[in-house]
Amino acid sequence: MKIIKKNVFEGLVDELIENDEREIIGVQSKDSKYVFDRLEKAEGLELDYDVTILPPKKYFMPQRETLVEYETREGLEMEPVNEVIPRIIIGIHPYDLEAIKQMDKVFADSPKDSNYLEKRENSVLIGVNMQQTSDWSFAGSMGTATVDDGYDLMLTDLGKKYAVEIGSSKGSDLLEKISEDVRDASPEEIDKVEKAKEEIKDEFDKELDFSPQKLPSLLADTYDQDDFWEENAEDCYSCGTCNIVCPTCYCFDVQDFSDISLEEGERMRQWDGCMLEAFAEVAGGENFREERAERYRHRYMRKGRYLYNRFGDIACVGCGRCSSQCVPDIADPTDIFNKLWRGKDE
Amino acid sequence: MNEEDSPYLPESATILNVKKMAENEKLFEIELDSGEALNHDPGQFVEVSVPGVGEVPISISSSPTKEGNSFELCIREVGNVTGVIHTLEKGDEIGIRGPYGEGFPVDELKGHDVIFIAGGLGIAPLRSLINYTLDRREEFEDVKILYGCKKPCELLYEDEVEEWREMDEIDYRETVDECPDDVCWEGNVGVITTLIPGVDIDLDNSYTVVCGPPIMYRFVLQELKEKKVPDERIYLSLERRMKCGVGKCGHCQINGKEGEFYVCQDGPVFNYDVVKDFEEAL
Repeated sequence: MKIIKKNVFEGLVDELIENDEREIIGVQSKDSKYVFDRLEKAEGLELDYDVTILPPKKYFMPQRETLVEYETREGLEMEPVNEVIPRIIIGIHPYDLEAIKQMDKVFADSPKDSNYLEKRENSVLIGVNMQQTSDWSFAGSMGTATVDDGYDLMLTDLGKKYAVEIGSSKGSDLLEKISEDVRDASPEEIDKVEKAKEEIKDEFDKELDFSPQKLPSLLADTYDQDDFWEENAEDCYSCGTCNIVCPTCYCFDVQDFSDISLEEGERMRQWDGCMLEAFAEVAGGENFREERAERYRHRYMRKGRYLYNRFGDIACVGCGRCSSQCVPDIADPTDIFNKLWRGKDE
Repeated sequence: MNEEDSPYLPESATILNVKKMAENEKLFEIELDSGEALNHDPGQFVEVSVPGVGEVPISISSSPTKEGNSFELCIREVGNVTGVIHTLEKGDEIGIRGPYGEGFPVDELKGHDVIFIAGGLGIAPLRSLINYTLDRREEFEDVKILYGCKKPCELLYEDEVEEWREMDEIDYRETVDECPDDVCWEGNVGVITTLIPGVDIDLDNSYTVVCGPPIMYRFVLQELKEKKVPDERIYLSLERRMKCGVGKCGHCQINGKEGEFYVCQDGPVFNYDVVKDFEEAL
């Protein structure tokens, strides 16, 4: 563990904004909320925040991106496209780091999705331990209030200085630039960091009443409780907001966009959501998840069970974005999971 | 970005021939511009691209035993992309990705009776396996084909069906849901399930392969159950919305209490015993 003064860190960020070829992204306040956005100056950084509107997923899987460019002037020509902007992203909370780790597995699974992977490889992740929590978050219960890896550098606020944990050579390379101002942490400082990490785990208002490891079997057991799913999905708008803000939702649609000449254009993928009505509809009109309750259940099953079966991770990191953004307020995973847990023996 | 790095980049291919088969269905013979064979298994599918319009998953309708390197797709005009595909002609270029998915377990079927039950467009994926068994007839025991469609004019692969009717080495039966008075039809009239009771099924030695619209499965499977056909001796090919074909986009996932499958990777061909308890499968 290293220690740097806050003003040194800010100086480093300004230096990177000024001279580094990479785009520097940081958490900033926007209206009364927080967002990941391009940093103009280090002083715009807000590292003491509750949660951002969108997770940093948007930098690796943009809302819209080109996969293929085509041209038909002299026969059909198609080229793969990946618009990679190398980036340094500053201020990622532990639950979002965990989500990125999970997405890395999804997109590295065969066949590899290089559109995602190349963007990831060209990014540096600077995490920050939480000092405050969102009202909707339950990261403490999901084991994602802190992480041991998944970052290149990890900051912990110690008043006038940051404790810095180094997660990779990409991270240590950054620190090289200010090596004269970096010192080893003292045993007391290390203790403080560990204490801060321990304390944040109890700061969450929302809680899961049981270990998340029990989710896969709980959800298997409650899959066919149709009344429960129907009752809870009753007010769902099928708007897909919970999908859009989720750091582990990665389903996508693919569409072609033609140039006005009709002789060239792009094939793009864009975010899609399993809560949207047409998500499982085929051209002939058959909809394989036609009912709101089926789609609603599908989302919870996917978070707590399906992706676990496939990749070994509980695909809910407890950020609370889904519930915080849900207009009819029916998307709180702790509410749903706890109700299922309490009702399982009935 | 290297071409081999993108699972989303189609290969260019050329339409060698287009044949109208029914009011809404055409058969397209296609060859990859690389000149290479598609190297597919019966039951697999490809993603067909019309640049500027989009991509659709289409099951491969020809057998890999077919001569030459071309392959065939039977495409129903039903949406935007298939609508444009239907305007394409010999010599036009399209994009192809694949073949994708798990096809029929040909090796498991060898040495057994094979009973095909096709409803409507369900004949398209089954034809890849039907032609495979006909081309390697000696590797299979009895072959029975039950084919049903709504009206006689919707019958697909008419020339081949005509041959099947005459063939001694297979048992071919057909039905239409209804037949207009002014149309000559010598086959059965009634839904596809009405053909099943009359078929002898050697329960210990046969496999039944079913493909048709979602509504058909329920009734056909019920009929097969009455015949005491073991669930594990039934194979189905399922249709789902697909956007990527490679297990990423999430659209084709089918779920149930038991777990989940991606139709594009784990299917489209499934053993009935494996998916029967999946609420969303059938």
